[in-house]
Amino acid sequence: MSAPSSTTTGTDWTRRTAAELADALAAGEVTSVELTQAHLDRIAAVDGAVHAFLHVDAEGALAQAAASDERRAHGQLASPLDGVPIAVKDVLATQGLPTTCGSKILEGWVPPYDATVVVRLRAAGLPILGKTNMDEFAMGSSTEHSAYGPTHNPWDLDRIPGGSGGGSAAAVAAFEAPLAIGTDTGGSIRQPGAVTGTVGVKPTYGGVSRFGLVALANSLDQAGPVTRTVLDSALLHEIIGGHDPLDSTSVDQPLPALVDAARQGAAGDLTGLRVGVVTELGGDGYQPGVLARFQESLDLLVKAGAEIVEVSCPSFVHAMAAYYLILPAEASSNLAKFDAMRYGLRVLPEHIDNPSAEDVMRATRDAGFGDEVKRRIILGTYALSSGYYDAYYGQAQKVRTLISRDFEAAFEKADVLVSPTAPTTAFKLGEKLDDPIAMYLNDLATIPANLAGVPGISVPSGLAEEDGLPAGFQILAPALADDRLYRVGAALEAALAAQWGGPLLDQAPALEGASA
Amino acid sequence: MSATAATLVDWDDVLASYDPALGLEVHVELNTNTKMFCGCPAVFGGEPNTQTCPTCLGLPGAMPAVNRKAVESAIRIGLALNCEIAEWCRFARKNYFYPDMPKNFQTSQYDEPIAFEGYLDVDVDGETFRVEIERAHMEEDTGKSLHVGGATGRIHGADYSLVDYNRAGIPLIEIVTKPIRGAGEKAPAIARAYVSQLRDLIVALGVSEARMDQGNLRADVNLSLAPKGSDVLGTRTETKNVNSFRSVERAVRYEMQRHAAVLDGGGSILQETRHWHEDTGVTTSGREKSDADDYRYFPEPDLVPVAPSREWVDELRATLPENPLLKRARLQGDWGFTDLEMRDVIASGTVGLIEETVAAGASPQAARKWWLSELGRRANDAGVEITALGVSPAQVAAVQALVDAGTVNDKLARQVFDGLIAGEGTPEEIVAARGLAVVSDDGALGAAVDAAIAANPDVADKIREGKVAAAGALIGAVMKEMRGQADAGRVRELVLEKLT
Repeated sequence: MSAPSSTTTGTDWTRRTAAELADALAAGEVTSVELTQAHLDRIAAVDGAVHAFLHVDAEGALAQAAASDERRAHGQLASPLDGVPIAVKDVLATQGLPTTCGSKILEGWVPPYDATVVVRLRAAGLPILGKTNMDEFAMGSSTEHSAYGPTHNPWDLDRIPGGSGGGSAAAVAAFEAPLAIGTDTGGSIRQPGAVTGTVGVKPTYGGVSRFGLVALANSLDQAGPVTRTVLDSALLHEIIGGHDPLDSTSVDQPLPALVDAARQGAAGDLTGLRVGVVTELGGDGYQPGVLARFQESLDLLVKAGAEIVEVSCPSFVHAMAAYYLILPAEASSNLAKFDAMRYGLRVLPEHIDNPSAEDVMRATRDAGFGDEVKRRIILGTYALSSGYYDAYYGQAQKVRTLISRDFEAAFEKADVLVSPTAPTTAFKLGEKLDDPIAMYLNDLATIPANLAGVPGISVPSGLAEEDGLPAGFQILAPALADDRLYRVGAALEAALAAQWGGPLLDQAPALEGASA
Repeated sequence: MSATAATLVDWDDVLASYDPALGLEVHVELNTNTKMFCGCPAVFGGEPNTQTCPTCLGLPGAMPAVNRKAVESAIRIGLALNCEIAEWCRFARKNYFYPDMPKNFQTSQYDEPIAFEGYLDVDVDGETFRVEIERAHMEEDTGKSLHVGGATGRIHGADYSLVDYNRAGIPLIEIVTKPIRGAGEKAPAIARAYVSQLRDLIVALGVSEARMDQGNLRADVNLSLAPKGSDVLGTRTETKNVNSFRSVERAVRYEMQRHAAVLDGGGSILQETRHWHEDTGVTTSGREKSDADDYRYFPEPDLVPVAPSREWVDELRATLPENPLLKRARLQGDWGFTDLEMRDVIASGTVGLIEETVAAGASPQAARKWWLSELGRRANDAGVEITALGVSPAQVAAVQALVDAGTVNDKLARQVFDGLIAGEGTPEEIVAARGLAVVSDDGALGAAVDAAIAANPDVADKIREGKVAAAGALIGAVMKEMRGQADAGRVRELVLEKLT
């Protein structure tokens, strides 16, 4: 890894990577309480402008930090990241801490249990700073569909931070948290990573437990790391990954050595690696500046010894259509539980004297769900209804099988597949809000991985010339070969940092003094 | 809601004009330790909402994981019903709204049941009738609504409703028959015999308490009528949650007579669910179940497919109990019971207890006598299951052994059972502690006989005159004096020795 630039030295703990913070804690240069407080201070200073957080838990985070310092004093570390604070997307259940999924319908709901990912974070000693903003129930690519207002991209506050995990990506990009957890159903970790200049990883489906992750589309959802470096993602992935008996779809196999792979990759040697460029994920609809950055990254991989091969995945052109049938179908069923009976919002209908359970449910859903959520419930209900099932849901599942076969064939020719993560850089807030299809197209390159369950990473690949905004480089690997993402990602990251003279985020504007 | 009888057609007239088609759906609540998809205890009762967790409450984010024991029970039921066991099957979501269903979808099986294509042979008036099974599938139970404030306990008129989720997620097996056609007048009896023998099978498998009164076993009766000789099925009604064998029989008969009345009157049957009223013996309309019901089934994405290995299925096949129908015939032959005796034994649910008692050394008749007349009566009086008395088959056999040895007589044996139920120890210990042993010592008996003769000179004279039958009165007096503990045979001998 390249030497830290001037901005990561000194006493501003928020500018350091998680790995650097872990080293500083180990060296006794700082306590967990101090660096947790530093991040809380940063949140207080800039989150008014960024709005990455929905709930900040200063008290809880500082208590966990104090406990970490106590452990350290007794030489009993819970994990390599013990004491390094983290932010968690508001779609994961957190005991005692509100969990809203960016929706009014869950306003004020405090879960009585922790998601498995959160259980593991707590067990590993990472203080939880708070919950990050997101598109309502993770439906969206811009975080504009949050019922609590949009998150702003730290590179340009007039632009979207990606979605649905815009809050997690923006928190990391704005130095409010060194680490965050996101969830990726069609690209919601990788696409925000690309447009905010952060690293985002979607692990192999089943590689990280979904227990406690409020489902958008169960067969596609995957929680994963959002960080500033590839190594940090690997460190975090090793903490949250691995088998969980509470999630029957979780993989019952040990994780590959991810941190080792990241460290190996950072040494920069990719000799013998076959990198497959997917023909269908580039060209039409891709911003020239994004394609230029992609090409440069490819050249760097070749310099590191990799061999570039072209691969075609013809079924990928149908991925978007299949995705927008399967996702709403599963989501329509998942969201049925929000019926005003047990928790969350309850709205009594006006003009009805003796409302029935159905009347209350109707009024509550009308008030509690946003437009995008309603749109997808209707789509999904339609796609599953008898008479249409075979034509829509059934066909979509067949396309899904074809996409998996395309991946299998491609991975016979290449060790990893690559593409730009998103076709464009961050667009302006409001720009695509009235055009759902245009919004959906932003996930073009990320969706196939979710349909097939294979892992993917987005690594910052530089700034597009035409607008000076970050672009992302996506690397995909076969299922269970997540270590390849880290090896290749770290090699690319090291080569790019050497060019830039430091991490890409060092070029982001300072936010101090910015206002919402 | 009033439950008055609709106009009915005379039974013989129904049979003259129509052919019934019968379908039975039986839900069996499994007796697994934990629920279908989570680790909560799956036991009956408990304070409301104390046996719940994020998963069975359907809280956002919580996920199911399949209970292997429930799958095992499902496979054993399938095998016992002569079904094929799926090599690979899935759970599906059945989407509909109901306030006591936490997720507003039920995790069930749809087009891929764990067991399918089987049959159960049932005995109807000595004839065997084969009921074909379409499928047996796994699903989860819902919670329970409690309507407060109304007079009837129903939702109409209630001030508010409470929901108890303790039952939500308890594993159920739903067993669905194919339409039973050509049963004619036997349709009600076949329905009863099927549910009754299905229950025997479930009990023999040990997979459920199978108590209809507690809802462990619930029968839905589907019935339609077609004009006699027609191939076409008529419109059916589904009478829900009929909770005794007798009610199953009555409900089928009632619906046949009611359908006939509607059809004879030129009306048509509404496809609807109906409620059975035990007290009045009628059904009333429930929810109209139109063809528009759309459950939007799709494979449950949170659960991996269930793929029982053939080795496992074969292992389970090896553990199957004997078919209750065949077993019953065998036992009746072995035991030499009359048809009536055997029917009583079956009705009392003591076949297994008698079997164990015989195995422990008692004669079948003795075992039948104690379990049916003595212990059965006590259980009835106490309003508990016979097994809850705490008397084991081995103890019953031991008591009978004491009778056979002349240590106690039947009357004293009843007191030994008192002691057993009170937990006073083994039968021998109870006899010793309570001083129940029969007295056959001539010295003690002789004194008592002498006293009885002295107290009843008239009776003694009659015996001396040769009226031996009068000895009963003296024997009775001695037994009374000895509080029943005298050896009655020896007393008789002594009386006659002294007076003849």
